[in-house]
Amino acid sequence: MDFGSNYIELQLGSFTFRLSETIITTWIIMAGLIIFALIVRHKLNKFEDVPKTGFQNFIEMIVESMDNFVAGNMGEKYRYFGNWFFGVFAFILISNLSGLLGFRAPTADLGTTAALALTTFVLIHFMGIITGKLGYFKGYFEPVPFLVPLNIISEIATPVSLSFRLFGNLLGGTIIMGLVYSIPMVIRVWVPAFLHIYFDVFSGCLQTFIFVMLSMAFIGDKIADND
Amino acid sequence: MDFAQIIEQYGISAEAIMNARALVLMGSAIGAGCAMIAGIGPGVGQGFAAGKGAEAVGRQPEARGTIMSTMLLGAAVAETTGIYGLVVAIILLFANPLVDLVVPKA
Repeated sequence: MDFGSNYIELQLGSFTFRLSETIITTWIIMAGLIIFALIVRHKLNKFEDVPKTGFQNFIEMIVESMDNFVAGNMGEKYRYFGNWFFGVFAFILISNLSGLLGFRAPTADLGTTAALALTTFVLIHFMGIITGKLGYFKGYFEPVPFLVPLNIISEIATPVSLSFRLFGNLLGGTIIMGLVYSIPMVIRVWVPAFLHIYFDVFSGCLQTFIFVMLSMAFIGDKIADND
Repeated sequence: MDFAQIIEQYGISAEAIMNARALVLMGSAIGAGCAMIAGIGPGVGQGFAAGKGAEAVGRQPEARGTIMSTMLLGAAVAETTGIYGLVVAIILLFANPLVDLVVPKA
């Protein structure tokens, strides 16, 4: 479901590929992030114990604050989750902000957000099984065994609500801005600037933060149940 | 099924089909509007959360950071039902699954 996004068709033999705006923007963002990561990787050898350049300060600041954020939410033992959540955070943040550059935000497509929410879903249950062993399955039979279906539904509702929250916010913003841009008057010159501040910058950053924070809270909950 | 085939098979006029589609579209538009009534709940809920957050900051200004992030998290969770309503409305308006049920696409 990619409401009103354009696509180009590629003919390869007997197959027809439909490349939507979402996919192409995702590739651009991925390329940007990977190139940035490679640059950092290249410069890592030149980093010193005491930072001298602003670049090293900046990298250390973002990595450290993410690690501390994860450690504060999930416990010092699970600090290594910072690696994963920083990637998710960076991708969602750049996706949400890409609307400023005239792209259609990839997160305004249910496919992207559902994929992100499913990775969280898999992580929740993977960590649940690893830390809880049999206790994880016992959790479904609490408080009384006949509530098993309800427990399963509530587990499935987690990725649904996670993906729909991000998707709904971004798509709502995209549609409202599309409507304003289609007004054939002077309004479309200066009003969208304020809408971009609200929908892209404010709402985008907030939703990124909330997605990562909720993922952490859900995974942390599952782990805390078993520890 | 082809548009012309349906007309021939069921003996209904093209005009009747268009009327049926128009009726479904009308219902969908009204339904989309009704779905947005769901916005009331999150509005009240988030306002309540923000009010309590302001109260808490007033009482303990030093714990501002923690209160803010907890409040934002709660507000985001409260927002979920509103977002469900929004998604239903958007599907009804932009990806309507009901129109094609009346008459398959020509």
